[in-house]
Amino acid sequence: MIKLENIKKIYSVGDSEVIALGGINLSIKAEEFVAVMGPSGSGKSTLMNILGCLDRPTSGKYYLDGLEIAGMEDKPLAAVRNKKIGFVFQSFNLIPRMTSLNNVALPLVYAQVSKKERLERAKEALDMVGLTDRMDHMPNELSGGQKQRVAIARALVNDPSILMADEPTGNLDSKSSNEIMEIFCSLNDKGRTIILVTHEPDIAEFAKRTLTFKDGLIISDAQKNRGN
Amino acid sequence: MFWESVIIAFEGLKANKLRSILTMLGIIIGVAAVVAIVSLGNGVKNQIEDSIAGLGSNLLIVTPGSVSPTGVRVVAGSITSLTYKDSQAVAREIEGISYVAPSASGSFQIVYGNQNWTTTVEGVTPEYMFVRNYSLSEGVFISNQDNITRAKVAVIGQTIAENLFGDVDPVGKTIRIKNSPFRVVGVLSEKGQSGGGQDQDDIIFVPLFTAQERMLGITHIRRINIQVTDANKMTQVQNDIGTLLRSRHKIKSDMPDDFTVRNLSAVMETAANTTSALTLLLGVIASISLLVGGIGIMNIMLVSVTERTREIGTRKALGATYNNILLQFLIESIVIGITGGVMGVIVGIFGSYGISYFAGWNTVVSIPSVVIAMSFSVAIGLIFGIYPARKAALLQPTEALRYE
Repeated sequence: MIKLENIKKIYSVGDSEVIALGGINLSIKAEEFVAVMGPSGSGKSTLMNILGCLDRPTSGKYYLDGLEIAGMEDKPLAAVRNKKIGFVFQSFNLIPRMTSLNNVALPLVYAQVSKKERLERAKEALDMVGLTDRMDHMPNELSGGQKQRVAIARALVNDPSILMADEPTGNLDSKSSNEIMEIFCSLNDKGRTIILVTHEPDIAEFAKRTLTFKDGLIISDAQKNRGN
Repeated sequence: MFWESVIIAFEGLKANKLRSILTMLGIIIGVAAVVAIVSLGNGVKNQIEDSIAGLGSNLLIVTPGSVSPTGVRVVAGSITSLTYKDSQAVAREIEGISYVAPSASGSFQIVYGNQNWTTTVEGVTPEYMFVRNYSLSEGVFISNQDNITRAKVAVIGQTIAENLFGDVDPVGKTIRIKNSPFRVVGVLSEKGQSGGGQDQDDIIFVPLFTAQERMLGITHIRRINIQVTDANKMTQVQNDIGTLLRSRHKIKSDMPDDFTVRNLSAVMETAANTTSALTLLLGVIASISLLVGGIGIMNIMLVSVTERTREIGTRKALGATYNNILLQFLIESIVIGITGGVMGVIVGIFGSYGISYFAGWNTVVSIPSVVIAMSFSVAIGLIFGIYPARKAALLQPTEALRYE
């Protein structure tokens, strides 16, 4: 469902050029659980941004469900982010002054779903992460783990085919981290494609496939059976 | 989507109450100032227009004494140059005149029963009523016969009727002016205040000759009130009167006039025009504070965009388009504009009522000025919101998400 052909991303910093991605070829099939690892500056976040349609590659081709993404206009690109991709961020990025429920319902606002349906679906999504009782709480009234679970509910609410998580456990203690990873695993078991960026090997352990980055290139691509 | 953006904008304003109010203050002050100043200007203008109407149309007034080149009137009132014969000559020899009404006045104490009242007693001829637009609520006005016989009759204004007679019908009663008995033959209809704030109903009319001979002991007159038939001929008639009186008074060509012919309604129209111009000027100055208010909105919106960079990035990652973000921030700034505008209109209306209550000035809150000030504040919210909103909408999601 994801196919990258010779993707390059080059940043110009002053006169010099920084090669963030040096020609990546990659394909990810549906229902995969991929962990992307590597030291900081290795290009894993850049890849994530391109996969998540938040950024465009300098050159190369990116097919998502057969659609060519790299050359898309802003508006259809926003629709792709809205419908096909769910994001989970390291720092949660919940919107302050909005209750958990409204935060979860936000993607549906941009999908132009009616208010009644929005709230129903947001409740279902919160139920999936076990936070129905925190529905009316503001983000600052939630613990880190709870915030991330709200964020996962928000990522899931529009039923995207891919879930992308950028260091989702980076700001959490190990107990909350494990809870979050278990949610990811069970989502994957139900058939959701998950791409996870992390630099913690024990978090990457949860994934079925591990890509390791160095200097803008994939240096290893390891498949394994989870739990073994 | 739209209404939710409005609600989100209101919630944002509520969350930062002090900041929102300070931001709106510029708009509030600007709109309030525009509304109050325009109301005040309209009030003054209405007052002047009322006085022009009350003055009588096409009115020329001849008074003794002249205006020196510096604008100072030379010993007005004490000059005895104007006579009843002058007024007769004007009536006889000048063309284009409908009425000529000479008058002489003095201030006297009026007594009825145990009540007394000091007011202006004006000696007039029958024409005076037509020239100055007076009408009677009962009885009759001074007649020619009264004048010829130096009759001791009086026509009184409403203020006098109320203060001396109360509920009693004044017609037929006898009042004492300067200790002589005068029979009241008529009562004037109410005329209200003049442009200068004088009570035009606080007056008593007696026959001109009675006033001259029995009360003032003079042979000259204080004023000639002239009504011209055609408004276009005012200047022509004014000049003719000047020429006639100069020759009658035998004034050498190098000497100044010993009288003044004034076109009062022209003076008042000038005053009305000046008021309009002044209102416009003050309104423009007040609207500068609207501009300043707009800059305040822009400033705070830019701060808000910077503060919420991550939020904008998140919204974009969740599928918000350029238009979604633009609309969100535009609505916020318009909401600030409208809320400020509404509060400004309220403050302005209360302010102008306050001014008319405490300072006693006439104010007329005009709907157009409220509408214009309101649409101005909406427009300002919109115009000064565009730049920050565009800035927000153009943010790259990756950069916005990375923002600390």
